[in-house]
Formats: sequence, structure tokens, C-alpha cells
Amino acid sequence: MQPFKYIKVPDTPAAIRAAGINQAKFIAGGTNVLDLMKLDIEKPRQLVDINQLSLYKIEELQNGGIRVGALVKNSDLAYNPAIKKNYPLLSEAILSGASPQLRNMATTGGNLMQRTRCPYFYSTDFACNKRVPGSGCAAISGYNRMNAVLGTSDHCIATHPSDMCVAMAALGAVIHVQGAKGTRAIPFADFHLLPGQTPHLEHNLKADELITHVELPPLAYAARSHYLKVRDRASYEFALTSAAVALDIQNGIIKAARVALGGVGTKPWRSIAAEQVLTGLPPNTASYQKAADTAMLDAKPNKDNAYKIELAKRTLVRALTTTGEIS
Amino acid sequence: MNELTGKPIDRVDGRLKVTGGATYAAEFPVKNVAYGVTVTSTITKGRIKNIDTGAAGKMPGVLGIMTSENCMQLHFPAGSDPGAGKYAEKDLLPLQNDRVFYGGQHIAVVVAETFEQAEHAAAMVKVEYAEQTPVVGFEKNALTAYKPASGLGGAETQVKRGDADAAMQTAAVKTDATYTTPVFSHNAMEPHASLAVWEGDQLTVYDATQSVMGVKALLSAMLGVPAEKVRVIAHYIGGGFGSKGFTWANPFLAAMAARQFNRPVKIALARQQVYSTAGRRTQTSQKIALGADRSGKLLAVKHATISETSFVDEFVETAGVATPMLYSSPNVDVSHELVRLNRGTPCPMRAPGESVGTYSLEVAMDELAEKLNIDPLQLRLINHADTEEQKKKQFSEKSLKECYERGAKAIGWSNCPAKPGLTKEGRYLVGYGMATATYPANRSASSAKATLFADGHAEILCGTQDIGTGTYTIATQIAADAFGLPVDKVTVKLGDSMYPKGAQSGGSQVTASVGPPIRAAALGAVDKLITIAIADPGSPLHNQKREDIITGNGRIFLKDDANKGEPLVAVLSRKGLDKIEADAKTNVSTRPSLPAPAPAGSPEAKTEEESKTNMAVQEDENTDRSAYAFHSFGAQFVKVLVDPDLGTIKVDKIVGVMDIGKVMNLKTAVNQIKGGMIFGLGMALMENLQYDPNNGRIVTRDLVQYLVPVHADIPEIEVQFIDRPDLYISPLGARGIGEIGVTGMAAAIANAVYNATGKRIRDLPITPDKLIV
Repeated sequence: MQPFKYIKVPDTPAAIRAAGINQAKFIAGGTNVLDLMKLDIEKPRQLVDINQLSLYKIEELQNGGIRVGALVKNSDLAYNPAIKKNYPLLSEAILSGASPQLRNMATTGGNLMQRTRCPYFYSTDFACNKRVPGSGCAAISGYNRMNAVLGTSDHCIATHPSDMCVAMAALGAVIHVQGAKGTRAIPFADFHLLPGQTPHLEHNLKADELITHVELPPLAYAARSHYLKVRDRASYEFALTSAAVALDIQNGIIKAARVALGGVGTKPWRSIAAEQVLTGLPPNTASYQKAADTAMLDAKPNKDNAYKIELAKRTLVRALTTTGEIS
Repeated sequence: MNELTGKPIDRVDGRLKVTGGATYAAEFPVKNVAYGVTVTSTITKGRIKNIDTGAAGKMPGVLGIMTSENCMQLHFPAGSDPGAGKYAEKDLLPLQNDRVFYGGQHIAVVVAETFEQAEHAAAMVKVEYAEQTPVVGFEKNALTAYKPASGLGGAETQVKRGDADAAMQTAAVKTDATYTTPVFSHNAMEPHASLAVWEGDQLTVYDATQSVMGVKALLSAMLGVPAEKVRVIAHYIGGGFGSKGFTWANPFLAAMAARQFNRPVKIALARQQVYSTAGRRTQTSQKIALGADRSGKLLAVKHATISETSFVDEFVETAGVATPMLYSSPNVDVSHELVRLNRGTPCPMRAPGESVGTYSLEVAMDELAEKLNIDPLQLRLINHADTEEQKKKQFSEKSLKECYERGAKAIGWSNCPAKPGLTKEGRYLVGYGMATATYPANRSASSAKATLFADGHAEILCGTQDIGTGTYTIATQIAADAFGLPVDKVTVKLGDSMYPKGAQSGGSQVTASVGPPIRAAALGAVDKLITIAIADPGSPLHNQKREDIITGNGRIFLKDDANKGEPLVAVLSRKGLDKIEADAKTNVSTRPSLPAPAPAGSPEAKTEEESKTNMAVQEDENTDRSAYAFHSFGAQFVKVLVDPDLGTIKVDKIVGVMDIGKVMNLKTAVNQIKGGMIFGLGMALMENLQYDPNNGRIVTRDLVQYLVPVHADIPEIEVQFIDRPDLYISPLGARGIGEIGVTGMAAAIANAVYNATGKRIRDLPITPDKLIV
């Protein structure tokens, strides 16, 4: 690990001032950035501890949405009664990730910023375009059972690891950031970037910008929602595949739907095409299967991860079935 | 006597461990310690052209960088007795030349004032290689397989009985399939670590090892330091599972660096360095053919294993080791072949051979049962081996049929669906599976010293070690019974090469090996005390007969009149003695791979320590050890629930009924077996160390990627013991328990998954992707 300076900042303006200089990185829960620093993958000269900032609130908004401070711990968010009631898929997604110890440290903003667990990204004796731009991608011809099948490029097939983000993608959350030049609101779909030819660029956040909160828009039917995660062991493991879904069922017809997939995409993968397929159909297996086929239409398998295409479809069908059965 | 042995007392070291008071190798507070971090190769094969340490050497806190250019020379250790320590990679002594045989090989050590400085500097060392094309991929290189001359310690690897090929022709019902298992890692919680301290020419190494005696012997031989100048200490070990049984580069690197930089040096490996440099279970491909008559009686068993080893040593995973013995069959053909790959050397891992071997053989038996339309349990009973048919010996004790019976009852075997893939509980497919568990009972020569002190407490010294299994506790129980003292008056000291030579913690042999000398030494001390009392006119036992006197509750007294006697301490104080000591050695070995004990009186029979202390060599009551075959057995039963759509497997219940001789402590015994069963569950369902298919370096770098079962994966586990003493192995009747729990478990799970789904997965681990195809 490269030596670094560590400072604590009292408020958001101070954090933003500190952010632009000395290759600084913010640290909140530290559950991912410290791992990366120990391996010399992240090499900040300065760590800016933002835990003193007043970004811990979960506020119910007039419009029916919820505003989540960037420093809200994953556990606090998952167990928040309003979240459990209005957005059960988000609560379930968070609780399916990591372990209680990690969730007690990890924050909402940090979770948005977590980086892939592609082993080739972590192993500095392998080529990785994300870690060293232009060095190549060892995963494409390597062992890629856990890698992505959607949103990949010839330069990167790393999976986005977050569960929370999959639920937020489905909900169409809005990420609020503050920088030297003021505040911005970034739609969830625009926050994470596809690898394309620049896999090292993962999000659309400027160096001096700080995530201050995430707004969950009002979505009444999200009360009928579900997150399903399939993995190699029962806990403390990233998804092989996952699905976050919400269904608005009225008079035996799906009026609206939300569908996002995890474990298969290079970013949290919302499928608006699948949502459109579902809309107007009856809530049954045939409809769900159609949506699943649509969601995975563009999937591109590699040597070890072709199973993800079928498994993701089954995961989505199961998640939709379970959601459809919620009374 | 025998009041405490067998009782489920708490671990005597439990409190120390959970409060952080137990000191592990890297934790010893040594003054002025420096930190060593190794630089590892980033190529898979080739030569090091240049190591540029210029920038790294100038970094803050760096004391120096040890490479093959400047380090001390090592000597290859003579002798091959595993009891005397086995250096794992005979053709790769640490840092002795410029050759790279695998990715992640130690090629330099940066030593600095702090760990962080050493690590940072290690990342700044620039290495230039002349890269060569490595041999990559097990399956791809299967054609290069060769037959090794022998396995570990000379074990037989090619075993034939009758004519299996001819018999197979006549068999009415046959199975023939290939089973594959991936590389597994031991993943002991404590990574390998060594802390070396030189005081003049005296070397002390605190090491995470399963054999303080082995490491001592190897340090002495390889560094060229007289044995009496080397001390190895391992008071507590955070698990080994075989990975700390062989000795790897770490203690040598620490000792070499400590001498070179004239400072105590501590080297603790990172998890990925453990994976690359400190052993693993090899990948296997096992072809098993079974032939039976219509009644299910086996006529032929063929078990051909290919496994892989490195270019710097030869380790054979003897997957077929139990096959000639496990079932009755007139014809058997077991073979082992090896492929060499540019990987670190594999080594024993909890039930080496039997773990992966019982997976394939016991799945094959399940497949045969199905073809015969016979209940899988019934097929085992039909083919039960009443004797050891390969060696033509009686088993010392075997209660396997009782294990089957009890296990079947506990799991509810009668609920096992006759046809696979049809029975549901809710949305889940239900399946039951079973398999036989087996592991040999080993025992080797060991010694111990017992001391009774005038203040009423007693002490045992024994140069074995407790790798987390409960040896401290069991040794305390055995000693307390022999002394006639309560447990809290007995202190057992282990894990120091200064103590009398004890067994290595491997091969499930510690209890059977060190129990007898510990008991004998304690009895010896009591006997000396009683002799003094009888001769002492001041004692109430003056002139009593020796055989009438027993010990208990801290006293010696007449067995017919407990009031007539006195406290142990009274004898000592009257004589003004501060202590009484006795040594004992039991000079036996049942491990077939070890050379037979030297005849009494021959020069080899006495070790250096013995000659010095004039230690008595004791033989057990039963000396005719060669007449029997010593094996533990068990039955594993599993119930699984499989989600047919998602391919996820929930193990619902597992039952293990074990026949391991006398249970020395029910708590530690259940703990050992449960741990083994969970080990087997991990092997069946998730564990898997991957190498890059292109360059052959390890991809699975840490516990994020190498999955072991978490609590949520572990079902209700029921462990039962037959608890029938095996008095042929030792007077204590215990056969050892460390490894058998793993065996059979992967097969029982695989068989249950088949019973649930009708899908026969012959490639471990059984993960959702394989079930949804």
C-alpha cells in the first residue's frame, strides 16, 4: 500500500475542497476502497474521511418518495420501515449482499461506487484494462464464470457487483451530487458507465464531486416488488444472477413493471424492453418468460458464463412469479 | 482411573483462544522485530534476469532485500522419513537460484522496520524475467501422465488383486465413469507465518506448523545449524488441515533474513501467497469401473486416478488408497498417474486420497446400485468387507454395519425416493444420499515427560502440537486420570521442540500416538511417588503392597480403604522434594508407510534425546500390531432440497455415524467430525481454486473468490459415535478422528442431488450452473 495522508472533514464544502487535490479519495465505510488500496489498485495520496458530514438521514418526501443520505449505512437503509414498506425490493437487495458486519459499515454512496470483483482486476500479475488502461483483458480468454454477459465490450467483461444498485436501477433512483460548481442530479441509468473502450471509467462523477444523497422516486406499486439472488452459497457471496422486479397488476393485467438484473451486466442492468413486454400482459409464466427472453436478448456469453443467460432468465421468471403472487 | 477420559469437558485452551490470549506464531512479542514481505513471481515459468532493488532498497524503513544473489546457501535435507519433517519442494529450495517454476513463487524478501514499509517496498521491486512457455492445464496435459514409483513415504500407488479386467468381462452389471475434482485449498484461518530469532548461534523459530520436530530437523539440515541449536515453537496453530504438515519456504526465509539483517524477522504470508506457495489439494480425474453379478456382489473394482504435481517435487493424491480395502471384491485394480504442471506443489489435505477417492468410489457405488435396482445402502451391506482383503488381515475393530444402521435411522432412509427426480417438498425436489466414510488409524513413536510438583500441580511436556483439534484438552484428561488429579491441577505443554519428541499433527494420529506416552509418563511419576511412600516409615502407606495402592483426588491410598493414604504432596514435602519426574516413550508405529521401528538395542532405536535422559522405552500391552488392519469407518447420510429451476441446493440435514474407537472427549470429537463434514460439504458444493487457462497462474486469489461454507449453508448436523474401544491400537482405545469426517460426505451429497434431480454431476463442485443444463 502506498503511504497516504488522512484527513477528516467537517462538512460538505470542506469535503469538496479536499477532493480535487492530491489524488484524493473519499472514505466512508471503507469496505471496498481499503481492500483496493492494500493491493495498490487504488493509490490515493490523500484519504478524505467524510463520516462527519450530516448525510445520515432517511427522509420521506411529500411526493411519496424517499431521500437517502449518502452516509446512511446499508443496514439502516435495509431495515428502515418506510423502505421495507414502500420498496421491499431495495431492502431485500441490500440484505442479500455482503455480511451483517460489512452492511453495518458500508454506506449508500459507497455502495454506488464499489468496484468489480473480477479476479483479474484484483490480480496485478494479469492484464486488466480497468486497472491499467490499454493492458488488455485477461478475463475474456480466461476463467470467466462470474463475468458479465450484458453490456460487455472487447475490452472488459467485468460484472458490476452491487445488489443495492440493481434495486435502485429498477426504481429509477436519482443520484444527487455536489461539486465545486454546484449540485447535479444524475438519473440512475446515467450514473454507471458501460466499459466500451474505456473500462477504467466507471461512473460519471467528477473528481471534486461528492454524492450527497439518493432520491427514490415515488412508485406506489413498488410495494409489490421483490429481489431474488442466485449464488453459489447461501450468504456472503456475489450473485451469479439476480433480479429486482416490481409489478403494477390491475384487473389481472400488468399495467406497469420494473425489471433490473444483477450479476449479468457490466453495470446494474435495467431492462426497459422487458418492462415494455410485460406491460399489458396477464401476470403469468408465459408473460414472464417472454420478458426474460427479451431481457437477455443481447447477452453475449464467454467460455465459462453461458449458463448465466439461462439462469438469469429463470431468476427473472421466478422473481416475477413471486412478485405476482404478492397479495 | 479413567474418570475424565471420554468426558465432554470444555477445551482447556478455550478461554485463552476466545479472549485473544493464545499466542500464534506471528504474535510472539519479540523485541526489535523486523518485518519480511516476500516478492513473488509474476510469470509462470522462466528465469529471473534481474531484480532491481535500487528504488525499493532506498525506501523509508527498509533494512535490506534478500534475493538469490545475496542470500545464504541452503542444503538439501537428507532422509525422507515424514516424521522427521518433509520439505515440500525438494527442487526449489528458497531463493537458491534464478529459476521460476510457478506463478506466485517467492523470489525475494524485503525486510523493513514495519510491515507497511516492507509491503510498500516489495511492490517497488522491479523484476526482469526471461519467460518460458509453462505447462498449463490439467486436462490438456493428461496424455503426459506417468506412473510414480510410490506415494508419500513410499506408499504403494499401483495395487492389483486377482484379474479385474477378466472379471469385468463376466460381470452382469457394470458401471464405468470418470469423476473429476478441482484444486482445493486448505484455507486454515491462520495463514502460514514464521518468526525467526538468532541469539548468537542459537536459532528460535516461532512457526505455524503441524510438526515442531519436523521444522526443527529441516532448519537444522538445510541451514547447517546443529540440531541442539535450533528450537521451534508452535504453542497454538490456527488450523492446518495438512497445509502445515509439509514445511514450505516461510521458516527458512525468516531464518535466512534474520541472520542476514541481524534482526528478528517475521514473515506472515498473505492469503494469495498461501495459495501459491503453501500447498493445496491437487486436481484429480478418476476413472472408476465396477462390475457386479446380478445379486450385487462386486466382482471387479477398477480405480484409475490421474492427479497433478509440480516440477519441483512429486506428490501423489492417492485417491485409490482405500479402494482395495473398502469393499469385498476378488478383483481389484488401482492405479495412480501424475501430470506435471507449472503450479506450486500439492500436499496432503485433510484425508489426502480418501477425501476425493471416496467421492468417486461412493458415487460409482450409487450408480451401480441404480443399475442393479438395489437400495444403495443394501449394496454396501452386500459387499461389506469382513476382513481387509488386500492385506489379508483382520480389522482391529470394525462396526461399520452398525454405523449404516444408525445413520439410516437418523436420516429417515426409508423416505429415500426409489426413483430419482420425482419427489417434491413444496417447490423443492427432495433427495437422499449416503456413502461410506473411512480413514486408516495411524500411530507413531512418541514420548512425553511428566512432573509432579510439591505444590500439588502436575505438568506434561510433549513435543507434539494442538492445531486446533483439542490435543491440549485430551492430553490433560489422559494425564489427569493417570495422576489422579483434577483437570485444573494439570498443565499440558505442547508445541516446543525442546520437549520430548511427539507426533506430527497429521494422519489423524496424535491422540493414538501421544496419549500412551503421556499416560505412561504420568503413571511413571505416580509410581515413583508410591515407591517412596512405601519405603517411608512416615507414610500411612509404609510397607503396603504396590498393587494395593491407587491414586485419585490428589491422593494415593489403599484401593480397599480410601481413608488409608495421603495427599501426593505430603510424600514430596516429607522428603523435601520439590518435584518428581518421569519420562516415557512408546515405540510403535502402525503407519504402513513408515519404516518399521528399529529393533530394541539397535543404534537406530535411540534418539539423541533418549540417550541423554536415559528414557525408558515402553512397549504397549499388545505388541503384535502387524496382525491387524487399523481403520476407522463411518456412514454419511444426507438429505437435500434442490430448486429445480434455479439449480440451488440446500442441504437439509446431514448425519455422520463414526466408528473411531474410543471417544476421548465427546465435545471435541463431535466438533472434529462436524468440521470434517462441513469440509466435505464445501468440497461437494462450492470449493474450487482456479488457474488461468492461458498462463497457468492462480485466478482465485482470496476468500472472496474461494468459497467455503458459511453458517447459512450448514444444516442440522447429527453426529453419532459407536464408541467401542480399539484395544489393539493402544490401551486408550482411540483411533484418531481428524480426517474421517470429510470422507464420503461429497459423495453422499452428490448422491442425494442425483436422487433429487436425476442429474448425475461427476465434476465437483456441484454448482447451480451444472444443474440447470
